Amino acid sequence: MGDRITIEPVTRIEGHGIITIDLDDEGGVRDARFQVTQFRGFEKLTEGRPFYEMPAITERICGICPVSHALASGRAGDAILGVHPPETAVLLRRLCNCGAFIQSHALSFFYLSAPDLLLGMDADPARRNIVGLVAAHPDLVRDGIRLRQFGQQVIEMVGGRRIHPAWVVPGGVDAALSGEHREAIRRMLPEALAIITRTLALFKQALGDFSAEIETFARFPSLYMGMVDGDGKLDHVQGRLRIIDATGGIVADAIDPVDYRQHIGEAAEPWSYLKFPYYRPLGYPDGLYRVGPAARLNVCNGCGTPLADREWAEFRSLERGPVSSSFHNHYARLIEILYGIETIGELVAQPALTGARIRALAQPNFPEGVGCVEAPRGTLIHHYRVDDNGLMTWANLIVATGHNNLAMNRGVLQVAHRFITAAEVPEGALNRLEAVIRAFDPCLSCSTHAIGRMPLVVRLRRPDGSILREISRS
Amino acid sequence: MSPEFPKKVRSDLNPSRVLTFRIDGRDVSARADESILIVARQNGIAIPTLCHLDGLSERGACRLCIVEIKGSARLQPACVTYPRQDMEVVTTSERVVAYRRKILELLFTERNHVCSVCVSNGHCELQDLAVELGVSHVRYPYLYPGYPVDASHERFCVDHNRCVLCLRCVRVCDEIEGAHTWDVMGRGITSQVIIDLNQPWGTSETCTSCGKCVQVCPTGALTEKGRSVAEISRRRRFLPYLQMMRERRDER
Ligand code: SF4
Ligand code: FES
Repeated sequence: MGDRITIEPVTRIEGHGIITIDLDDEGGVRDARFQVTQFRGFEKLTEGRPFYEMPAITERICGICPVSHALASGRAGDAILGVHPPETAVLLRRLCNCGAFIQSHALSFFYLSAPDLLLGMDADPARRNIVGLVAAHPDLVRDGIRLRQFGQQVIEMVGGRRIHPAWVVPGGVDAALSGEHREAIRRMLPEALAIITRTLALFKQALGDFSAEIETFARFPSLYMGMVDGDGKLDHVQGRLRIIDATGGIVADAIDPVDYRQHIGEAAEPWSYLKFPYYRPLGYPDGLYRVGPAARLNVCNGCGTPLADREWAEFRSLERGPVSSSFHNHYARLIEILYGIETIGELVAQPALTGARIRALAQPNFPEGVGCVEAPRGTLIHHYRVDDNGLMTWANLIVATGHNNLAMNRGVLQVAHRFITAAEVPEGALNRLEAVIRAFDPCLSCSTHAIGRMPLVVRLRRPDGSILREISRS
Repeated sequence: MSPEFPKKVRSDLNPSRVLTFRIDGRDVSARADESILIVARQNGIAIPTLCHLDGLSERGACRLCIVEIKGSARLQPACVTYPRQDMEVVTTSERVVAYRRKILELLFTERNHVCSVCVSNGHCELQDLAVELGVSHVRYPYLYPGYPVDASHERFCVDHNRCVLCLRCVRVCDEIEGAHTWDVMGRGITSQVIIDLNQPWGTSETCTSCGKCVQVCPTGALTEKGRSVAEISRRRRFLPYLQMMRERRDER
């Protein structure tokens, strides 16, 4: 008889997560890591393509946040052309981005996380999903669907298509906004505002039940990174990077995305396809930083819109200094939805929004360009190099899940320490492992897994590296 | 370009012979110098085409317009086949449709046609044909050639990965613009359209940068630079007009 070949389930599935927990001699948890198998070779794939095709190509990376990739790519393209997009184009990009944030955050909160949050972590997994939620909180589910729809409709009216709009181009955007669509968006605002106000109140009420999760969901001091405008207010599209430390002190401010490499290093580990970015001055792995909704609210001096600012102040009073539990990403998402709705209100009031000048035309004038935006899940960097004719020679993308990679690993370890003992893995511990990852909302919990649970493999390893047990839930 | 193409003559001096034949069982009448394709279209009978373009000479390159002719074992391309008295033509037999689909599938395998990231998405004749002929999947292995993109021209870009070798660009450049910048090299599916003596487009001395080739390309192979996915739409109305004006000048 020949050797037996075993194919692990995770090797056949792209973009699924695997958690490996290493046990010590006493059966306690020694180490835990979270592995991702995404984004293989994407940078290689685009070699030789014209740079202006990049927004549309990179949009295909993710089904939930194509707008963010298109925007980051468009901005890298702006830099290669060496142009400033016209005012109308900038306003439209912002508007589209607000729609993207609202729909993505609504998906994350209402569809993916609300079952955990409102039915309880220890609830029967057969009920702890969107279907169970419909039975228990039909109004909330309806609100979630409406809110997501609102975000999608904004994208559709601005970008022409709900998913993959192919509308951001280097130098601006490719279609203007009609007065009719502006009005249509304006009319939808009150309902959206009412929904988010209700949901925030409900969430804040439920917060008391989650002290254990708040304590353990990647709650540790770390650096945070996010984009802010000149006054330190949230700016998802045109801002500059700011990094703060665990006490809230600013360690780097107004970083032009072009200089990101002076501040961010990227380490690789043999066991994961995802790179491990770190804050360079502190080295690897001490330079662990976090991005995403909570990180953004931590780094900024306020949102810049009245209602969101009030919520922001309340949010920041949760802890002295930055809010350190990643559990609060859920909270931060709701505040950002509110901020997005208010910002849309401001944008549709601007006469320039429906202008006709939407694209600056130029030849590629610079061999290199960096585009950086805040995606719903965190900072997104596109860095391109092109030849004289504008064909791609090199690309580097750092996605939010990458920035958070170190933190997610630390969070998984924290949960494993607390909830897994002597090789006992209760269902509640599995749920929490999954939920801590979901608090970061990584791309792999992508749209296709919106209903039901994340396909997750948890593997317990003996000190000698052999596998004690494998629990898979796909 | 096509030697067997009957010479255009002034019809008032030498009236062409008019003949009658049958397409799909219908009696039709035609002039002897009109191809089966033209006659079919005049009679509202649709035959799919790819390399054919109104205003350019026929090339017979793609073979998507194949039809069955009673008494002939071989299928004939309708765009370069001329009717004969009492001929019987069938445009949509099972055999014809199966072959058309095969030809189209093979076209897809020969280069890298990825609609979702192509500038022509939504305005592409290859894509439209696939929809029309119901090609939902391809039964042959893809070849995945890795042709480099030539973006050296100031305004235009050629991506051979999306070329279907219809040679419309070659014909429009030669016949309408009169520059003959484009030509073909190689054989079979490794043929490639080339600029002048196979050099980067940006270095061409014959190219007038008129952009006609870009307007006639059926796929996303020839594009205006800076156009993003699905952004290309072609303007071709100038073609029959230019052709008509040239003919008028020749007649004077
Ligand atoms: S480049 Fe376009 S027009 Fe020219 S042969 Fe190829 S597909 Fe036809
Ligand atoms: S259209 Fe007749 S061969 Fe192409």
